[in-house]
Amino acid sequence: MTGSPSEPGPADLSARITEIVRTEHGRVVATLIRRLGDIDLAEDAAAEALLTALERWPGDGIPPNPGAWLTRTAGNKAIDRIRRESKRDAKHAEATMLMDAHQNDGPHEDTGPVTDDRLRLVFTCCHPALALDNRVALTLRLLGGLTVAEIANAFLVPETTMAQRITRSKQKIKAAKIPYRVPREEDLLTRLGGVMTVLYLIFNEGYLASSGTGVRVDLCTEAIRLTRQLTGLIEDPELGGLLALMLLTEARREARFVDGALVTLEHQDRSQWDPTLIDEGHTLVRRCLAINRPGPYQLQAAINAVHTDALDVSMTDWSQIVQLYDQLLVVQPSPVVELNRAVAVAELDGPEVALAITERLDLSTYHPWHVTRAELLRRLGRTGDATAAYDDALALVENQAERTHLLRRRDSL
Amino acid sequence: MTQYLLSVIHAPGLPHLTEDEIQQSFVDTGAFNDEIVASGHFVFAGGLEPVTAASVVDNTQGANVITDGPYVETKEALGGFWVIEAADLDEARAIAARGSFACKNIVEVRPFQGVVELEGARA
Repeated sequence: MTGSPSEPGPADLSARITEIVRTEHGRVVATLIRRLGDIDLAEDAAAEALLTALERWPGDGIPPNPGAWLTRTAGNKAIDRIRRESKRDAKHAEATMLMDAHQNDGPHEDTGPVTDDRLRLVFTCCHPALALDNRVALTLRLLGGLTVAEIANAFLVPETTMAQRITRSKQKIKAAKIPYRVPREEDLLTRLGGVMTVLYLIFNEGYLASSGTGVRVDLCTEAIRLTRQLTGLIEDPELGGLLALMLLTEARREARFVDGALVTLEHQDRSQWDPTLIDEGHTLVRRCLAINRPGPYQLQAAINAVHTDALDVSMTDWSQIVQLYDQLLVVQPSPVVELNRAVAVAELDGPEVALAITERLDLSTYHPWHVTRAELLRRLGRTGDATAAYDDALALVENQAERTHLLRRRDSL
Repeated sequence: MTQYLLSVIHAPGLPHLTEDEIQQSFVDTGAFNDEIVASGHFVFAGGLEPVTAASVVDNTQGANVITDGPYVETKEALGGFWVIEAADLDEARAIAARGSFACKNIVEVRPFQGVVELEGARA
């Protein structure tokens, strides 16, 4: 196999292996947790198998079914470990039993969406009895296969803090017996809502990090990858809507920053938008909305679809956007939604009407409220008030790219 | 099966109940107890006298000091508890949810460490 001209070079191969390992991590760990009944043991065994893969694959070539190879290798490692660590009869019997199960289970079988182990794992990681931060960390670690250091880095917390967060969550799962299974039908939608919250939070933290600079691509990519996997396992229009929302947002990434400054939607160079992601997003939005069970993610995706449909900001169908916000307010009444609606109203009915809506909202701790006020006041020629509003916004913003943008806006008044 | 402590927290800030509502909550709690006895989840339960009835014993240094309680002064207090047996947290919290609704108080669910089974300790 080696030496053929189409064979990738060592750098490509290493990137390919890293990609496989990350893609397969969730599946390998999820399967092992079910078989072994122990998260730590499953994680350790998966890590050992991944190391073995990194040692062997560059020489032996990547096996035809890398996921199956990793699961089988990790299973063997776990059985070895159980045997090694305890010579007691009970443990030995357990290992033998596990080994039998392991061998009879067949190699990495796809048993259909409902029994996919990753689905069990995502519901365990996103269990409402765990704090939201812990759900996020656990999902990225176990399903995403990110290292503790990577997760800590992404959320700008010390590695020890993140390690503790993950360890405590795993202890709670064990001690409180948080179940490892897909929730029953009557709970499924509520629990899926909790899972989507976690995925969207990961995406948003990557998209406009609460501090630091600009985008953290890894988190966006990871959120999209996990959401995409989930849409393959469970059919739900809101889940499709969430994926579409992420894709249509991600499609604009390249255009969002110029020279370290944030560029807002109306000023973006639309030729830099990713047409493939936009196409996929639009198709998803249409397919989901056709089911006629609109929810918050689908409607937000639809709003983004209208934006990304316009080749130029002047071609934006603002009346459709306002209508979609009206629908969104019905299913998810919130002042933040009203604020976003006001921005669209400004284009339709003018800044005066929009400012009146904005002023009614109690959002003075939310920096986009100050930004919206500043932009509307600017359009109304109220320069002094606009300057003050930019300053109020700046007092709340930590993201460097957004600060640069706001400082420029203020100073160009 | 895992055993869970369902603590009934008397928390300030919950809506004030009328006398009729209080009586109803006693009836509902009684019915809930009967249900979880019948379903086999019930291990033990009890309501507690107010915290003003508590005393604190400290014999850690062998001095055996007794003082007026409670040990921790908080607005929230343990008002009573159930000990239940459930397959996992989801089953335990479904039971806790019914208990909370019946007694009109917040319930905390906490797993026991491995339970020591004493021969003949349970009837």
